[in-house]
Amino acid sequence: MNPNLNPNLNLWVIPILPLAGAAINGFLGKKASRAGVTAVALFFSGAAFAWALLVAARFSSLSLPYHEFFAHWIRITGFSADFAFYLDQLSLVMLLVVTGVGFLIHVYSVGYMWDDPSYYRFFSYLNLFMFFMLTLVLAGNYLQMFIGWEGVGLASYLLIGFWFTKDSAASAGKKAFIVNRIGDFGFLIALFLLIKHFGSLNFDQVFGAVVPLPVETADAGLLTAIGILLMVGACGKSAQIPLYVWLPDAMEGPTPVSALIHAATMVTAGVYMVSRSHVIFERAPFALTVVAIIGTLTAFFAATIGIAQTDIKKVLAYSTISQLGYMFMACGVGAFSAGIFHLMTHAFFKGLLFLGAGSVIHAVGGEQDMRKMGGLKSFIPVTFGTMLIATLAIAGVPPLAGFWSKDEILWKAYQVSPVYWGIGVVTAFITSFYMFRLLFMTFFGDYRGAKVDAHGHSSHGHDAHGRGEPHESPMVMLVPLMILALLSLVGGFVGWGNHFENFLAPVFGTAEAVDSASHSTELLLMGVSVAVALFGWWLAYLLYCKRPELPQKIADSLGSLYQTVVHKYYIDELYAAVFVKPLIDGSMRILWQDVDRKIIDAAVNDAGDGAKHVSDEVRHMQSGNIRSYAGWISAGAGVVIALMIWMWTKAR
Amino acid sequence: MQNHILSIILFTPLIGALVLLFVPKENKDAVRWIANIFALGGFLVSLPLVPMFWAQRFDATQHFKFIEGTANNWIPSIGAGYTIGIDGISFLLIMLTTLLGWISILSSWTAIENRVKEYYVWFLILQTGMLGVFMALDFFLFFVFWEAMLVPMYLLIGIWGGPRKLYAAIKFFLYTLAGSVLMLLGILFLYFHHERVTHVFTFSIPELYKTAPQIYSDPAYGPTIATLLFFAFFFAFAIKVPMFPFHTWLPDAHVEAPTAGSVILAGVLLKMGTYGFIRFSLPFFPDVLTHGKVRGWMIALSIIGILYGALVSLMQKDMKKLVAYSSVSHLGFCTLGIFALTPLALSGSVLQQINHGISTGALFLIVGILYERRHTREIAEYGGISTVMPVYATITLIMFLSSMGLPLLNGFIGEYYIMLGTFMVSWRWAAWAVPGVVLAAAYLLWLYQRVFFGTVTNPKNEKLHDLTPREVLTFVPLLIMAFWIGLYPKPFLQILEQPATQIVQSVTNPQGASAGAMNAALLQQPETAQAEKGKN
Repeated sequence: MNPNLNPNLNLWVIPILPLAGAAINGFLGKKASRAGVTAVALFFSGAAFAWALLVAARFSSLSLPYHEFFAHWIRITGFSADFAFYLDQLSLVMLLVVTGVGFLIHVYSVGYMWDDPSYYRFFSYLNLFMFFMLTLVLAGNYLQMFIGWEGVGLASYLLIGFWFTKDSAASAGKKAFIVNRIGDFGFLIALFLLIKHFGSLNFDQVFGAVVPLPVETADAGLLTAIGILLMVGACGKSAQIPLYVWLPDAMEGPTPVSALIHAATMVTAGVYMVSRSHVIFERAPFALTVVAIIGTLTAFFAATIGIAQTDIKKVLAYSTISQLGYMFMACGVGAFSAGIFHLMTHAFFKGLLFLGAGSVIHAVGGEQDMRKMGGLKSFIPVTFGTMLIATLAIAGVPPLAGFWSKDEILWKAYQVSPVYWGIGVVTAFITSFYMFRLLFMTFFGDYRGAKVDAHGHSSHGHDAHGRGEPHESPMVMLVPLMILALLSLVGGFVGWGNHFENFLAPVFGTAEAVDSASHSTELLLMGVSVAVALFGWWLAYLLYCKRPELPQKIADSLGSLYQTVVHKYYIDELYAAVFVKPLIDGSMRILWQDVDRKIIDAAVNDAGDGAKHVSDEVRHMQSGNIRSYAGWISAGAGVVIALMIWMWTKAR
Repeated sequence: MQNHILSIILFTPLIGALVLLFVPKENKDAVRWIANIFALGGFLVSLPLVPMFWAQRFDATQHFKFIEGTANNWIPSIGAGYTIGIDGISFLLIMLTTLLGWISILSSWTAIENRVKEYYVWFLILQTGMLGVFMALDFFLFFVFWEAMLVPMYLLIGIWGGPRKLYAAIKFFLYTLAGSVLMLLGILFLYFHHERVTHVFTFSIPELYKTAPQIYSDPAYGPTIATLLFFAFFFAFAIKVPMFPFHTWLPDAHVEAPTAGSVILAGVLLKMGTYGFIRFSLPFFPDVLTHGKVRGWMIALSIIGILYGALVSLMQKDMKKLVAYSSVSHLGFCTLGIFALTPLALSGSVLQQINHGISTGALFLIVGILYERRHTREIAEYGGISTVMPVYATITLIMFLSSMGLPLLNGFIGEYYIMLGTFMVSWRWAAWAVPGVVLAAAYLLWLYQRVFFGTVTNPKNEKLHDLTPREVLTFVPLLIMAFWIGLYPKPFLQILEQPATQIVQSVTNPQGASAGAMNAALLQQPETAQAEKGKN
């Protein structure tokens, strides 16, 4: 494939634009007006989106994958990693999702963050995030991907801890970064393995070298190791078992951040990375199985936690973890395009859900506890309408977006193992239940919250009008909600007739033809998914609308089981007891107080003191006193004589 | 100029010290100005070396460049010479020294109020001592500089230090001196061995390169003696680095030293230990490293240092102590890179030494700035500093990220090269080292959270003023370097390519290298292939 055939798309402009925005707002934003900051932030993120659309418009004329060299970075004998860009169908999808949803969330943030004193700082970080995320999805090699990977982690750290005067926010940011670093451990070693065995990190060269290798069916080998290590990295970034614990805490960040970074884009980077490496995974069935099992378990496990949460953002956080689990399940069963499909629709409806939640929180003056909400649908009808659409979409009610992508995953999972499918369907039921629970608790019944106080939420950045009742958000926040609602409504139709799969086929390979017998199975399974979604809806309706006294009774009757779920299975406590505390205590007591001070340093000081004592004694011998010398001489003579007598007796 | 550039760089600080002697000590501002002029001058005269060295970076015909003086020209009767010369490794360390020397002296302007004149005199003498260590090609000269630089550092800690300054200063002095004594024995052994083989008395390092590796296979001495000699040098360097378990002088010295002293101590002095390993231990004792268990021990100590330093760092309540222990961890990466014995890891190690000088030097400046304002380094005394000192908080964050190895900043490149180079030898070694990177994020971000995040709870912190222009100026060169190395490391790695390859070859392939010692053209690197062709 001759790269000269391709027009120059100047892909490098796309990440550089938000970087410029971040730099301008970061350096000059403090003194600039809010309007100026807004203009810069929206212009540069919008321009990136526009450029991405231009790329998409010219996409059909390209010979793919498209390569673009930007600059040298690291050159070692036999190995190099440059700043280079890579575009194929997969990166195009990611590019459009990141810039599109990213731009919408920028617009929304203008309204949400308007009253925050660090308005400029927020947009500087948000643009910085876009830069790193785009670096990640457009990377032409693993090392550049790793730059973006670490960079989005940094942006996430800064934005989770955006309200850094709150201790919980600062701690959450730190936790996210460190847990991600644990995952990066796997990613880094995987990169070393790739370099060692393939001499390159460029996608073309690595995949070119991997394709002829045999599938590691009998015994796990190099590719299996690489796959599992990559998955360790993905578990960190995409919040999968066992590294998911940072994501619920990350909800300390401003809600637009949760929408953009912790739902729509950054957390899907792991799915993207695994899909990008599909050539490796396809030759490592064991690694794929690991991916599928982790994904399936995470989907189910996080969904069950979602049932009992009362913080609206925490429900959505566990829901995100669960939905990411679906995406990994898809990758694990080899249905990468289904995973990416779900990634895209999830970006629409979960982005919408978070933005809607932000609008709700904004309406009720910073309250996040759903027990203090209720009846909001008449106060904030637009937010309600859009969130209803998103809820239907995530619950898998046809013909909304989530139905198509989730069903695709479940169908593909069924073909590999009905067990995956079974857990997936149960999870779908739970998903539908907790999402409608959220909807009913928030929007139906009577308003249970306090009157909204004008100054009741000074720690949050959103505006307050001082009205006595919940109020609808401004248009700048509602328009992004409506656009995302539209996408959640119709976004699934790109999967109609396998369009989406066929579009990605050059990357992932074409799907096998399905015979009519299994086609009827597919329809049957589809019916089951729809049924469980509706059942979840009905159950939530029963419990939270018809008989609102029931949930408490059920909770009481379940007792400790319920408490375990409310406390998220005590996983945070478990990690603290098993990893954090021993590490801290061990470092403090054993390494620092005992080894360092009582053993090593004490030995050093003892050596010094010992030398001092010896020399002190020796010094006393030379007192200049004749009698003392005489005493030493006689003592010495005595010793010598004793020694001679002893030797003489022995000799006999 | 080209012929004497090294001497000019070497003696500019010393001339500054001599000039200062004639300035009345009551006139503190004059002393400060003159010291700063000579410090900046010392940096400026080193700049012309950059293009000169750059032009010769691939020249493999001679390992050492800009050589001044011939062997034995100083004290011919014992074979000592004023011979100086540099390769890419010493070149980068010299540039780091002149840069950090200038920054440290600039940062002392308001921090030092007592005995100002003496302070600057000793500081400038220290500067010459450190430069001499990196330039000397004669063991006698090397040892003179090595020991000479102890005295000013001892005085800097002992006079301008904190409350336990005497304890720390004496500990520093005795500890390093103990190591040096063993090294002196080692040097004398090599010196007499050289005479035995060649019948020439000389301390010339390039000459000793030819004979010292033979001790191992010499029937008169053999592997045991060679190993003992290796350890004679090892103690001197391991204490200096410091490698676990010889590190306990470091936190004490750092905590008590004035800020500028800490910057130089961490930034440059520790590098003399790693430099010693690279310059002497590797080429002198190749067989000791390639046979037997010695190398495994070195690797094990490095890995313990990485993890141990990081874990202990996590627990510190004093900011300076925390940074000091983080140095133990970072230097563990550097020694790991050295003993991995691959050109990649060795280049990474030297680059990481430079990075550590930049990042940790900056971290000590950062701590010093708070200390100057509040006279405490207790982490618990702070909190919410981001609100009162936003510029300071931003610079600190960038330097923390650089220190924890975030891509696009300098620390990443060094650590990546070291771990990749090590991985090529043994994946286990690399796997043990990687948790150090995770822990680095933990101790630095936790420190950042406790000092900068949260609300200002201590009323004493409410009125802290942000950085002054002079303080910002001290960080500017370090920030530029951090981003430069992170974004475009190629020039640095090109400079290191030739010496790193030759030194590793001299260890792993001593037969091939021994004939021409360090001067054999051994490179088969693609980027130097052209230079090779032109030469042949």
